[in-house]
Amino acid sequence: MSNHTCIVVGASHAGTTLALQLRREGWEGPIILISEESELPYHRPPLSKELLAGAKTLDEIRLRPAKLFDDNNVELRLNTRVESIDRSNKTVQLADGAILPYAKLALCTGASVRLLPGSERFDNVFTIRNAADIEAFRPLAREGSRVVIVGGGYIGLEAAAVLRKMGLHVTVIEAASRVLERVTSEVLSAYMTQLHGSKGVEIVTDTLVQELRGESSVELVVCADGSEYPADFVIAGIGVIPNTRLAEQAGLATERGILVDENAQSTDADIYAAGDCTRHPSALYKRPLLLESVQNATDQSRVAAANICGKPTAYDAVPWFWSDQYEIKLQMVGISEGFDELAVRGNPEVGAEGGFAVFYLKEGVVIAADCVGRPKEFMVAKKLVGQRVAVAVDRLADESVEAAALIA
Amino acid sequence: MVKVVFTDHAGSEQSVEVATGVSIMEAAVSNGISGIDADCGGSCSCATCHVYVDKAWLGKLDAMNPDEDAMLGLSTDRQDNSRLSCQIRLRDELDGIAVTTPEFQF
Repeated sequence: MSNHTCIVVGASHAGTTLALQLRREGWEGPIILISEESELPYHRPPLSKELLAGAKTLDEIRLRPAKLFDDNNVELRLNTRVESIDRSNKTVQLADGAILPYAKLALCTGASVRLLPGSERFDNVFTIRNAADIEAFRPLAREGSRVVIVGGGYIGLEAAAVLRKMGLHVTVIEAASRVLERVTSEVLSAYMTQLHGSKGVEIVTDTLVQELRGESSVELVVCADGSEYPADFVIAGIGVIPNTRLAEQAGLATERGILVDENAQSTDADIYAAGDCTRHPSALYKRPLLLESVQNATDQSRVAAANICGKPTAYDAVPWFWSDQYEIKLQMVGISEGFDELAVRGNPEVGAEGGFAVFYLKEGVVIAADCVGRPKEFMVAKKLVGQRVAVAVDRLADESVEAAALIA
Repeated sequence: MVKVVFTDHAGSEQSVEVATGVSIMEAAVSNGISGIDADCGGSCSCATCHVYVDKAWLGKLDAMNPDEDAMLGLSTDRQDNSRLSCQIRLRDELDGIAVTTPEFQF
């Protein structure tokens, strides 16, 4: 008897989008969406923003209401872990031993946070990935208490902004020479450092955390240069590792990410993958990319769903990202890595009117942009990057040239 | 409760009822209306919840804020009645509002 089930492993942005999209694309068989978490799927970006700030509750950031899964006949199995994949028999085995057959399998396993070495033995070192993580440190996030955030990436800085607003003393310790070093240029790094400094956040760069000191709770963060930072609690925002265990064990090709083609198909024709756990070939950047973003999760999932349903579709979306810190709206397009020229439009000083945008070019073509309070430039940049448009640096920086005219 | 009537680009119509206070985007997403992606979850960051508002209802809406206007920007799909549905909160006066979703989001 043939089986017509599609199993989706992981129910965050990618898995949820994929499972529901399968119905829209015409999948007629059963769809089982499996989540290790006990929660109905939720948006992750607000965890370090509105949820932490208390501006929204978990129920206000659900990806979809429970009813929608029922309406689409998608069986959502919470608290369920997939242990292994048997590719020859086309089954997955769950942690409770149950074996489920599949016709197609989609891996949307996401990524896991990196932990600070030795942090497991303390009760006050936290990470930010799941809703439960926020609730775990919320009782400690009181006005006047001291938090040390290790890692000056987006997660660390977003948490710093919210916690500072809540009245905590916030120190961000970054190992690199500047915050956001992995993802942006010195222009934006300098701006963000200045912004956080103006709000009273202490940012320390070129500093490696060497030891967490305390009994059952960390009391002191000790750095390699001998500097010490007292802490009531610690948040580590030092990056994520793609969850490739299932794929690796099943013998699928992985390389810091499950390798998929432009159709989101893995090296097994019946197994697809989407989101943070994948590495895909980018036609735009002519290299394999691993993207950790909502845009990638949702767009790649839609592509996977179409292909699973037999509608050949290639993934070629322009990557974009956003971050909200204090009253600042940051919108990013593309990957700036490898740029050879940049253009700054507007004044990248904290307090200057009107925001600014930084455009990144490679061989004369716009490959990325960071926009602070510049939604119009963001939308323009999406087009410039997607269409590989060459624009003179002078023109990009010239405010007398309308943003819209840059794509004319 | 407030009724919202969604029509897709092909002309097929679907009505939903939601509580006042939610946005048109949230009404769409929670009811599985196709054509509204709303990837950013409603923070006016992505412009993937573009709709055309039935002209009879346009006058009842609050004016666009500058961010929304800028995000809709210069799209060739933009019309006089283009809005980002995450920025329209449903009030009693909007009961029955009709919007059309575009074929493709930005």
